[in-house]
This record gives sequence, structure tokens and C-alpha cells, in this order.
Amino acid sequence: MEEIHKHFLNNNRRNFLKKTGLSIGGLALGSLLDPLGFGKKTDPYAGLTEKPLNIPHFAPKAKRIIYLFQSGGPSQHDLFDYKPKLNEMLGIDLPDSVRMGQRLTGMTSGQTNFPLVGSSTNFKQYGEARAWVSDLMPYIGEISDELCFVKSMHTEAINHDPAITFFQTGSQQPGRPSMGSWMSYGLGSLNSNLPSFVVLLSNGTGRPKGQPLYSRLWGNGFLSSLHQGVQFRSAKDPVLYLKNPEGVSPKSRRKMLDYLAELNEQQESTFGDPEVSSRIAQYEMAYRMQTSVPETMDISNEPDHILQMYGPNAQKPGTYAANCIQARRLIEKDVRFVQLYHMGWDQHENLPNQIKAQASDVDQPTAALIMDLKQRGLLEDTLVVWGGEFGRTSYGQLQTSLSKESSGAIKNGRYGRDHHPRCFTIFMAGAGIKPGFTYGETDDLGYNIVKDPVHVHDLQATILNQFGIDHTKMIYKHQGRRFRLTDVHGEVINKLLV
Amino acid sequence: MSYFNKYKIILYFFVPFIVVVLYKNIKIEPEMKSITVSNSDLSDIKYQSTKIVDYNFDVKPILSDKCYSCHGPDDKARQANLRLDFIEGVSDFLDKNSNNHIIDLDSPENSELMKRINSDDSGYFMPPPESNLKLTRNEKEILKNWIEQGANWDKHWAYVKPKYHEIPQTTHSEWVANEIDNFISEKFDEKGLIPSPVTTKEVLIRRVFFDIIGLPPSIKQIDNFLGNNDKDAYEKVVDKLLESKSFGERMASIWMDLSRYGDSHGYQDDTERVMWPWRDWVIHAYNKNLPYDEFMTWQIAGDMIPDATKEQILASGFNRNHKITQEGGVIPEEYRVEYVADRTITTSKIMMGLTIECARCHTHKYDPISHNEFFSLYSFFNNVDEKGQIPYGVTAPIPNMTIRKLDTENELSFVNLPDSLDNITLMVMKESENLRKTYVLNRGRYDSPTTEVKPKTPKVVLPFDETKYSDNRYGLSQWFFDSENPLTSRVAVNRIWQQFFGIGIVSTPDDFGSQGSKPFNPKLLDWLAYTFQNHDKWDTKKFIKRIVMSSTYRQSSKINPVNRKIDADNTYLANYPRQKLTAEMIRDNALASSGMLVNKIGGPSVKPLQPEGLWNEVIGGGGGSLAFYVPDTGENLFRRSLYTFWKRTVPPPSMMIFDAPTRDDCVVVRQKTSTPLQSLALMNDPQYLMAAEHLSNKIFETELNQTEKIVLIYRSITSRTPNEFEINKLKNYIKEFKETNNVDEKEAFISLTQLVYNLDETTQKS
Repeated sequence: MEEIHKHFLNNNRRNFLKKTGLSIGGLALGSLLDPLGFGKKTDPYAGLTEKPLNIPHFAPKAKRIIYLFQSGGPSQHDLFDYKPKLNEMLGIDLPDSVRMGQRLTGMTSGQTNFPLVGSSTNFKQYGEARAWVSDLMPYIGEISDELCFVKSMHTEAINHDPAITFFQTGSQQPGRPSMGSWMSYGLGSLNSNLPSFVVLLSNGTGRPKGQPLYSRLWGNGFLSSLHQGVQFRSAKDPVLYLKNPEGVSPKSRRKMLDYLAELNEQQESTFGDPEVSSRIAQYEMAYRMQTSVPETMDISNEPDHILQMYGPNAQKPGTYAANCIQARRLIEKDVRFVQLYHMGWDQHENLPNQIKAQASDVDQPTAALIMDLKQRGLLEDTLVVWGGEFGRTSYGQLQTSLSKESSGAIKNGRYGRDHHPRCFTIFMAGAGIKPGFTYGETDDLGYNIVKDPVHVHDLQATILNQFGIDHTKMIYKHQGRRFRLTDVHGEVINKLLV
Repeated sequence: MSYFNKYKIILYFFVPFIVVVLYKNIKIEPEMKSITVSNSDLSDIKYQSTKIVDYNFDVKPILSDKCYSCHGPDDKARQANLRLDFIEGVSDFLDKNSNNHIIDLDSPENSELMKRINSDDSGYFMPPPESNLKLTRNEKEILKNWIEQGANWDKHWAYVKPKYHEIPQTTHSEWVANEIDNFISEKFDEKGLIPSPVTTKEVLIRRVFFDIIGLPPSIKQIDNFLGNNDKDAYEKVVDKLLESKSFGERMASIWMDLSRYGDSHGYQDDTERVMWPWRDWVIHAYNKNLPYDEFMTWQIAGDMIPDATKEQILASGFNRNHKITQEGGVIPEEYRVEYVADRTITTSKIMMGLTIECARCHTHKYDPISHNEFFSLYSFFNNVDEKGQIPYGVTAPIPNMTIRKLDTENELSFVNLPDSLDNITLMVMKESENLRKTYVLNRGRYDSPTTEVKPKTPKVVLPFDETKYSDNRYGLSQWFFDSENPLTSRVAVNRIWQQFFGIGIVSTPDDFGSQGSKPFNPKLLDWLAYTFQNHDKWDTKKFIKRIVMSSTYRQSSKINPVNRKIDADNTYLANYPRQKLTAEMIRDNALASSGMLVNKIGGPSVKPLQPEGLWNEVIGGGGGSLAFYVPDTGENLFRRSLYTFWKRTVPPPSMMIFDAPTRDDCVVVRQKTSTPLQSLALMNDPQYLMAAEHLSNKIFETELNQTEKIVLIYRSITSRTPNEFEINKLKNYIKEFKETNNVDEKEAFISLTQLVYNLDETTQKS
């Protein structure tokens, strides 16, 4: 109890100092509870009937999160889950005793044989923890002592749309709020001039024509739209309609807002409608975003050595590397949830070439991001998660014409891997997650989990736990039912925690 | 007696304390807050006295919300074999350990129920800690009162057929315009509320225009109304609006949410589909005032009506509006099951106001609808010879119908086939008898069939009489309109009420079950339901006229401080509830008021301006014709928002930002929020900037003086003449804007017009 109390005290003091230091020097201390001095105008939730829930339920380890979503389903066999046995058994059919009649997607269910195929590159052990990482991810290998690998993730869906929706919302069918929206609802915002849930997208170079994304993945579902993910784009308007029209200066915009507020306030006094003050507050927030968003997106003040750290694409807007820098900058500004999506991990064919390019998109920037957060002291309370919606099969996917001469096709790299929900690897770092640690195990053929399975709902429960949220208690009642991110499932995996 | 006094103490001292605590906690920065305020805790404050408790209104909501998940209809989840949703017989139920009766009418304090809910022993008290459910102090009091008063039990109110109620007497007879007002003012008398006077004519005409046709009145229409002092001036406006073609568009824009209409298939690559001719039919059906029973019958079973016309078959497209996947590698049956479930859920929500989807995986936890009953209902929709997975590029997967040019010159004249097309194919329903059997699916999963079921409806609503109806979709549609069906009319009138008052008489129009809210005025709801069904014979226009002619509807929206104290949420409607315009209305208002609106009915969806790149940045590699958003040119940029192209995975931002749903599934209530993204859109979306420039330049060119110009702009956008304060403010604005930006008056006027488009009043219906 006392610890929680202390946490709140510290937290608040820190925030207060930071905010006053940032934007207003000399306001009277009398406005302690309202450091910006604007009253209701700065409360992003003013006028909202359903206030954020005022969790935490217990002292949190994490204040913010960067979720690096690898859309398409990265192959664990070629990246993290080292199975030399697969290389030994190249071309041999997956034994029925391993497959156990489990369902396959329509893309390989017609295949007559299921030739096993090992990693397309070598693996090495890194760091004190001796983690196995493939040569496709050398930078990640180098920082593996910071990481916690979960090799026993599993999910319920075998196709992209339901699987990615499941990861983001806890349900395969669209319509539920995404994890970022839940956090915004449960915890409120840490800042008053940026959204609490920001989304950044990038295209992979490994498979440029890959799987699509859907804006519902960062949608608020049945929660208030205030909690929706706001996409920051590399386009000329980073947030939709952010830029003032040509010729409108910030000064004249300010003037318009002042007049607008006065006229609106008059309406409020006429009708006595409290909703009006919420509208005024939203205009003020919009105005602040017009400055704060471009400021955050502008990396011109990033020193060269930092840009170099994130790799050659760091200055190319819209790339994964550029988005990683943005993510760090957003976290520095106390955005609660930064969600990246990197597309192109759906290697059904030409896997060796495709995955090489995909991996090089993310390897250096991801490692740089984690180390950059660390050197700024932000990794302590920022959780980083890297992973896709499912894994890939340990057998090769072949074009039908090739399936008769499978080993030849595999040797020539003319194969892919199909979707595999039964086991895959993700990794996490920071915010009370055990560094230099590997959890869970799969069998020698990388097909089934043999130890410590982690379901998607378990991962969600664990992530929420780091934020001081009891996943069974963060509920929203909608159409008579109490909804949770984790539905009615999920266990916190305590062994992942420091 | 002593109990009453004790309660009073709680009321006087404790409640204000709670209010203060809650208030303080809400005001403080989010991070500092340490207690949880859930939506249900606030209900504590509302329950006021020890009046006679009503089972349906006071007791059942508590039992349902806090007890049913373990002691309700679901026998698989039931604990201790105790069932509290069916109270008959419960008083005989003995607790095994204590040997106490659950409910002991002879000595209420010895009821096991009372002991358990008041215990401090965590192993004993109810609800158990692991449920995360808690009874509030008031809820415990209500349960205590209920048992002391004899633990009366009734059938759930919504499953009892609506009764005809005598028109109540009221002390506000001079205020009453029609029967609605009698029922409404009866509550005023009960609560001590004072009805509000009729609002100003300017406000009224704008209100009724938006509500009936979704568009603002023109200056000329306002002036005509202001200048007409005849007694029936308002009624004439109402009649004209109901006859206007725009009426169908307004009604259709609501129907698109319910019917989950989209112009794309909705899953994964989300390619294009053709369903707009069905939307043309919806507009047409509303405009010709097709009675509600036929309107729904045609949509549910138009293809099965004996000698079905082409129009009736077209109407059945309603049940094909669900999403369809073309994702490579899916298991088709998994998705086909999803489509059938979607039809079942959508139809149930629209016709019965029930959250039947809960019973897909297990027997409903709150409402007496079993797992089997879900699949019995599902079986009505399960005889369509359709594909679970469709090939890329197919815009109207089977079953479908082709509408030829010749049809549009005859029977289907309301389908607006573009000149460039000779025919168009869209999806419809087609029954294939004996196509497949229906099984209960364990946990709702496609690959876990258990027992076979036959088409049936939920017994608790009204048993399905096979001697009266055939056991197919057509029979189902007749069952919905059986004069004994307790839900159909109630649910329908409640939704229409919501269209005009923002909130239904039952505030959860999609849940009339145990967990839904109770009607704030049950007699009114019953009377309206009875009248719509028996007197109006499902005549929607007639029913709407009844609502808008009432004094309740015509009241001022100014909040009377006396009323606010008694009824802060304005539940009982002692003033008109001011409401935000819908996404469609906000944009259409800009188009109409600026004179840019192209008011053409129907046809294919159009692509107005939207920020570049929104579609292609998420497509991956697919998307077909919908990979890139290419805005239309010419008049398609200025059509009503109802016609905006709906790609479900990236819905139009100008709609989404203002709370439109995604159309992934049936939505009956939209959110109402204020967000900074809305402010940004109104300030900077080129569509609004164009409207401002267009309107401003048009008025600037006239001979009017500065004040007159300001007034005209203001009136065009808000329908209201600005007062002196406002005019002076706006004049100052022009002056300051010219000075600070060093621009001419014409430029300043454009900025002023933008300002007016951003006023709160502009996006409200007062």
C-alpha cells in the first residue's frame, strides 16, 4: 500500500516539475492540481461521461509501451528458434505423429507431402545468456542480453485477418477495442498535447506486396473515440487535417480559436449544455497538437551518431527505421502507447531471399531503439514488444508443380513456409521483463510446444500487468456484458517478470 | 420504521460525501487517481427512498448484473444448482450448509441470500471476490426491501405483450399537444418537473429539418416559416418534409448502420462489392412509405414471398451485407458459419433488440435464451448456397440477381443505373431447401457440430407455432409480425424515438433483455408500440409525424435549473435534449448551407475528397480496384454523405472522425464524442474550407452591408439570426483579421465563415 502511495506522489511531483519546466515558468503554486492553469480546457477527458478508470490496481513497472508488430508472421525457424534437427531432416516428411491431424490453411492442405526444412542461415549464440539468434539478426544478437525471448507463443487463428485482429483486440472477429485503446481508457493520458495512442506504419522490402492492415486494428471499438489510435503518417499531414490551410498562420489560428471560445461560451450560458466546454477543450488540444506533432516528427535536431545508430534508412520517412526513431521521440514526450506495424513477413515463397530483406529492415533499428531507450533511462519504464500474429511451419510450402521434387526446390530456395499458429517466437525488453532470458520450448522439429506455452491472452495479461493493471478488472460494460481485453481468459506469466 | 430513519441518514450524509469524493477524483489528473470509479458505482446515488420495490425495475437488474453469471439461465455455468432468474420455487431452496432458505419470507433477515450478501467472510459472501463484482449499499437495501415486501416475481417486462394504456390525466393540459405529452407529463407530475415552452421557430425548423430529412432549411424556407403565423404552419412544414425525397435518404443513412452496409467485402484485402442498388431500394421504400412489416419482411424473406417480385428479391440483399472473405488459405466453412451467425445476430438485434450472440458459444448468461435456441434461429439463415471464401475480383458472389436496363425502366425504376452500364449484379438471398442440416456448434465453432436442430424461435419471446408458419425465413418474418410478439413493435418505436430524441425510451435499443436498461416511461413505450402496430398499421411516416407534433418534441432545449436539480440527465425530457449532429449531417450541412450540395438521389457510391494515401499505405499488395483512392471529379464531390464510398477496412475519415461506426457489424447506437481530431477536421479539411469560401464569396458579392452579410452567413450555417453580442464579436473579428494578416475584407469574410462553421452551434441540433 505504502509503495503505491509513494509511486503516486513521486509520479505527480515529477510530472508537475516537468510540465512547469516545459511550458510555463512562473505560475503560482496555487494551481498545483492544474499545472497548466487552463482548468477544464486542458483535461482531454473534460465533458466525457465515462472517465478513464483510474487504474493502476497496483504499482506499475511500465509507463509506456512500444509494440513493434511484425505483420504477416515472421518465421521463427529462420530467426530465433534454432532447430538443427530440421536441417538434418531436410526434405523428409513431417511425421503424422507430430502433426497429429491439426488443421492446415487452404494453401498447404492440398500438398501431398510436407518436407521439413531448417533455417536458411546459420545460428550463433550471443551474450552472457548464450541466446541463439540467426545470422539474419546480428544486431539483435548483440543486444540479446537485454531481451526476453518467448519461444512458446501460440494463437488460435491460422489466417492473417483474424490472427492479427486477435493479437490487437483479444478477439478474432472485428469490433473490439485494440490494446492501445484499452490502455488509454484504463490509464488515461500522460501528456496534454499528444494523443495517448499513436500508430506508425511501414512497408517491408522482403515482400513489398504482402498482407494488408486494417484501421480497425487501432480502433476504439465500443470505447469512446477519444481512445482510438491516431495514425502519424509520413505524408505531408502527419495527422489527418493537422496542417492549417495555406496562408493561415498560427497567430491567426489562435485568434480564431479565441473568438470561437467566446462565442461558444455564450452558447453554453444560453443552453446550459456542459458539452460545450468539452468542445472548447478539444479545440485547444487540437491547437496544441498542431505544434507538438510536427515538433515530434521533425528529426532534424537528432545528432548524426544517433541517426547512424538506427541504420541507413533512419532518415527516410515512412521506413521502419524512421518509425523507430519516431517511437523513441514519442515515448520521450510521454505518449503512452506507440504501435508500429511493419508489413511483409508473409513468406509463402522464396523465403530465403525475402526474409533476408525483411530481417535487415528491422534488425538494426530495433536494436538501436532498445539501446537508445536504455541510454536515456527510458527502458526502465518502457516496455518494448517485438512479434507477429503467428509463426510459420517447419515444413516447406511448395508450388504444386514442384512438390514431387521437393528437396531440389528447397535447395534452390524455391519454397516458403505456411502459417503456423501452434508455436512462434516473440521478444520483449524493458519495464520489469527479465532480460537475457528465454522462456518456453518447442519440440525438435519446431512444430509443437513442449514446455511453458504462452497464449495470446496470457501475453496481453502480462503486458497489462506491467502497467499495474489486473486484466480481469479492467472491464467495460457494453450491451449488458462486461468486456475485457483478455475476454474470459489469460494468465499473467510471472516467470517472465524480474 | 427504524430502518427508514437509518436509510435517511445514509441519504443525507453519506450520499453527498460520495458525490464529493467522486467529484474530487474525477477532477484530479488521471495519474493521481487511486480509486476505481466504474459506471455502476454512480447508480448508488440515484436510488432514493424505500418505496415499494418493483421486481422488474429495481430487483431484476441487480440479480441479473451481479448474480446471473453463476445463478442464471446458463445451466453449464450454474453454481450450487441455484437459479435466481426464475424465482418461482426459490423460496423453497435450502442452502446445504446452513440449512437456511435462500429467501425466507417469514423471517427475511434469516434468508441465506441476505446473510451472504452482508457477510464479511470472504469464503462465504456473495458475489465471491474472484468475480470482481460487488453489490453497492443501495443494491443490498433494494434486495432487503424486496424480500421484506414478499419477494414478488414477474416475467421480464419486455417479454410481456405491450398493453394499451389509457391516456393519463395531467396537470399540464395547456402544454399537451398529443397523447405522447400526456404520458410524458404524467412523469413531470410524479417528479416535480416543469415542462419547457415551445422553442423558437428558428430552432424548431432546423431541428425538424435535420431529424426528418437530415439537411438544414434554406434561408427561404426559414423566412417562409417565420412569416407564417397560421396555426398549422409547423404541421405544413412537417408534411412537406415527410413528402420530400430527402426523407428516404435520411432514413436510409440510419439504416446503413443497422444493416452494416459497405461497398467492400470487409476482410483482409477488402476488395470491391456491389450493393448500392439495394441502398437505392431502401431510400425508395422509405419514400413510398412501405409499411414497416413489409419493409422488414421483404428484407428478411423477400426472395421467399410467393410470386416474389423483383423488388422483393432485391430487398432481400439486406442479409448479404455482412462481410465476406477472399483471403487465400482460409477454411471456407469457418467463414460461411460466420456469415450465417452474422445474419442471425443482425436480424435479432434489429427485430428483437436482443444480444443473442452471447448464446452462440453457450447458453446466455443473462437472458433465458439457450445455446440450442441460438442455433435453431440460425438454421433459418443456413440454407443459402453460398461460398465461404470467394475468388478475388468477384463483386457479387452467388446467389445474386442481375438488374437490366429494361428493369430500371419498369418495375425497378428507383434503381439509378448509370448510363454507362447495361446491367448490374448484386447479392441477394436465395433459399435452397434441404441444402444442409443445422447442428448446434459447440462453443460456436464451425468444426464442432453436436446435436441437430430445427428452425425455431426463442421460446421466452414467443414460441414458434409450426401450424401457423412454415419453418423457414418467410415463416420467421411472419412470426416477427405476429400480433402476440412482444418485442417487434417496441423495438421499432424505440429506435424511431431515438432518431428524434437522441436516446431511446429504452436507452439500450440493442438490448431489451435483463442487462439492458429499463424504459424510463414504460407506459409511453407500450402505448407507442401498441399504436404503431394496431392503429398506425406500421405506417412509419404517420408515426414520425406523431412524434414531431408533440409538445415534448417542440420544447426548448434550454435547461431549466429547477429541472436540472431533479433530473440532471434529462431522462424525463422536461426539455428537448440538445444533440450533436451525425457525421453525415455535419458534412451535408456544410454542403447544403454553402450551396454546393448536389441533391441527386441514389446510384453508385461516390468518392469525395479525402487525404491522399490512406488506402494504399495499408494495402500490402492486394486490394484490386480499391488499392488506391482516386477521388471523383465534378458533382460526385458534393453528393450527400450517405453515398460516400465505404471501404470497410479504411472507412472514410470524414465519417469516422465524427463517430460513424465501421460497418463491420450491425450498430444501433452511435457514440457521441468530442475529440481533437474533430476540431482539426472542421478547421482544416478542404471540404469545409471549400464550403466556407464558396458561401462567403457568394454573399460577399451581394449589395448587402457588412452587418447584413455577417447575419446572412450566420443564418445560412446555423439557421439562427445572431444576437447583437455575436454580430459585434464577428465584426471585430473581421477588423482584427484584416489588420493582423494585412488582407482585404473579402479574405477576412472567408475566415469568418470558417469560424462560423466551427461553432459548437453549427454541429448541434438545439
